[in-house]
Amino acid sequence: MTPKRRNRVILIVLVLAGVGVAVGFALKAFNENLMFFYQPSQVIAGEAPAGRLIRVGGLVTNGSVERQPDGLTVQFAITDNVDTITVQYTGILPDLFREGQGIIARGRLGDDRLFIAEEVLAKHDENYMPPEVADALKASQEAGAGTGNAQ
Amino acid sequence: MIPELGHFALILALAMALVLAIMPMIGSLSNTPSWVALARPLAWGQFTFLLIAFACLVNAFLVNDFSVTYVAQHGNTRLPNIYKISAVWGAHEGSLLLWAFILSGWTLAVALFARQLPDVMIGRVLAVMGMISIGFLSFMLFTSNPFARTFPVPLEGGDLNPLLQDFGLAIHPPMLYMGYVGLSVAFSFAIAALVGGKLDISWARWSRPWTTVAWVFLTIGITLGSWWAYYELGWGGWWFWDPVENASFMPWLAATALIHSLAVTEKRGAFKRWTVLLSLLAFSLSLLGTFLVRSGVLTSVHSFAADPARGLFILIFLCIVIGGSLVLYAWRAPNVTSGGEFSALSRESLLLGNNLLLIMITAFILLGTLAPLIYDAFGWGKISVGFPWFNTMFVIFTPFLVLLMGLGPLTRWKQQDAADLVRQFRIALLASLGAGLLAALPLLHEGSVYAGLAVMLSVWLTTTLLLSLRKRLRHRQGFGAFLKDIRARGGGSYYGMLLAHFGVAVFTIGVTFVTLFDVEKDVRMAPGETLELAGYTFRFDGVEKIQGPNYRADRGTLHVSRHGQDVAVLKPEKRTYLVQTRPMTEAGIDAGFFRDIYVSLGEALDAGSWSLRLYYKPLVRWIWLGGILIAIGGLLAAFDRRYRLAVRRDVAATAAPPGDALATEGPA
Repeated sequence: MTPKRRNRVILIVLVLAGVGVAVGFALKAFNENLMFFYQPSQVIAGEAPAGRLIRVGGLVTNGSVERQPDGLTVQFAITDNVDTITVQYTGILPDLFREGQGIIARGRLGDDRLFIAEEVLAKHDENYMPPEVADALKASQEAGAGTGNAQ
Repeated sequence: MIPELGHFALILALAMALVLAIMPMIGSLSNTPSWVALARPLAWGQFTFLLIAFACLVNAFLVNDFSVTYVAQHGNTRLPNIYKISAVWGAHEGSLLLWAFILSGWTLAVALFARQLPDVMIGRVLAVMGMISIGFLSFMLFTSNPFARTFPVPLEGGDLNPLLQDFGLAIHPPMLYMGYVGLSVAFSFAIAALVGGKLDISWARWSRPWTTVAWVFLTIGITLGSWWAYYELGWGGWWFWDPVENASFMPWLAATALIHSLAVTEKRGAFKRWTVLLSLLAFSLSLLGTFLVRSGVLTSVHSFAADPARGLFILIFLCIVIGGSLVLYAWRAPNVTSGGEFSALSRESLLLGNNLLLIMITAFILLGTLAPLIYDAFGWGKISVGFPWFNTMFVIFTPFLVLLMGLGPLTRWKQQDAADLVRQFRIALLASLGAGLLAALPLLHEGSVYAGLAVMLSVWLTTTLLLSLRKRLRHRQGFGAFLKDIRARGGGSYYGMLLAHFGVAVFTIGVTFVTLFDVEKDVRMAPGETLELAGYTFRFDGVEKIQGPNYRADRGTLHVSRHGQDVAVLKPEKRTYLVQTRPMTEAGIDAGFFRDIYVSLGEALDAGSWSLRLYYKPLVRWIWLGGILIAIGGLLAAFDRRYRLAVRRDVAATAAPPGDALATEGPA
């Protein structure tokens, strides 16, 4: 091997090693940062892991929004028209948050299936339904129709 | 009548694009100069008709012609005139028209300003741009006609999304589109060169300024978008790793890699195949961005419509463009000779490292952006990728990028002696390590290690740039010589590089400090109540009702003081627009070079008290300042006198026996 060629091989090996290490780290971090989406009935069925960062979504149940005395902590229920779970959030809700609106909350499932949200998203259009929520509602509707037929 | 005129002009533009895509290309292959010569007039024609169409739509908004569906949906009589114009690109159909219009503008610009290029090359470049234009114009005409009529005619329009009624957002899309579409020029140059099978140095030199200008627009567009998100969305964030932000950032990264690799190709004749591939990649990523935004497959602030036919059309178009260009590449690229040998330590190898890092970051962002789609498509569940992942990816790779940025300008092309390089950057290394330690040591609280790292990198970058400047000015005395050097051949490129790289140093500091040391608090405040945050005292003076031109608002007043001295009076608003009746938060911001104070209204609680969001944001302006510096640097580089002179010289060289070593270095 000529010195030039050797240099080139060393360079290539170094680059490949660097890329390999980087990809390994990246994919590991990727897996840790994946947030799965669950709808309320999945949470009730125990499919959602507790303590891990996940997202839940559904319609805010009418009359369920309760504000605690500090003025900043809010509890509300979200539903996929099959089951309902309670979400607690401390902070300022987005402008478009209101009862009957489809929302997505990011956070962790605590004890008693109380969902502690770190962030609540209501999308930037009042007629807009987050696709996850729309799909969830459709799925639960179909499931409902299915069980109806079976009974 | 006028909207029909616009519609008709669109059809004529499509006809022009069809001829433009076919005739000059065939002419160039069959050696028919008269067909090739059609390219320029057709570029004129296409631009003229799209200008007419665009003007017709603007007019429809200005005169409140609600018989046009698009105007009825997004216009309003009470909308201020400037937003009537920006409403043209405020939603799907109109933004496509803007896309096509800008594409025809770039096409015309190439026809006009690349006069010195050989006709055959121009013909091919314009033909490829015509093909892209066909795709967009037929997409518009067949699925999203902005001039479609509606009946019965509504009395009042649906109004522009209030979030978009803002000056920053009025100019953000045109800037971004100028960048997206501008990358089509680099793409077309690459395709034309592949078709001709002649990938030489002059190809890189032609393509370079165009790519840089497109990249500058992209930089400005992204910076504007970030600034807008910061002050308009009301929660003080400046980047969210939203799919659509990623869609604009990926082409930017690829284009950044491209302008660096073009430099190597032009100066040294190396990396040719890679440069071509990057040209294809950069534009493919802008098309992908368009697909992601316009098809509604991803949940985002930016997705307008979720019409499956539209998504399918763009997907097919995307496959044709990417697939077709890759096939052409696979067929032609093996014939390209590689040139420009270089050793393991040389400017080439460092730029190779820069390209690798940039492409890796792009690939990871692409993974994070598309992963939700892939998971959904395979039924693995609905996921989203948390922004901590994107942040981690960025934080891992960027330091290496900055290290290389410092070394690059000090390193010689072809071969660099390691000991000599170390001797050159010794001072910079000491200075940056010292500054980094100084920044990290005294506090040693959470985050100060990262702050130290950021300071170290920025000082490293700044001092190496200064060293490189000193080296360049070694033989020049006085300020006059310096000014002369800026205007000299190659001066624009060099000083542009310095400025843009310095922008990165400023940006790095801004991002790190605002991320680590911002203070944020959600509070409940009653009128008259005061509160301390980050050394500032906030006094809440209650909320009053006000009336805007097309909205009503609650406006809060906060007095901010520090050590008893008044700093600012902030007036955050909560607006309700009359037509779309959706609330909107307008933050109250006291901007400063070293810090921003940022307040937004939450909601009314009992007895006149409100929930409020208070922020202290150190050095947040440096983020956009960095972006601006990068853009100015790019402009300086793009308008380097060298390109004009060099192009003239190339023409002379093809006419006469070549005398210039550079011009003939490329293999035929």
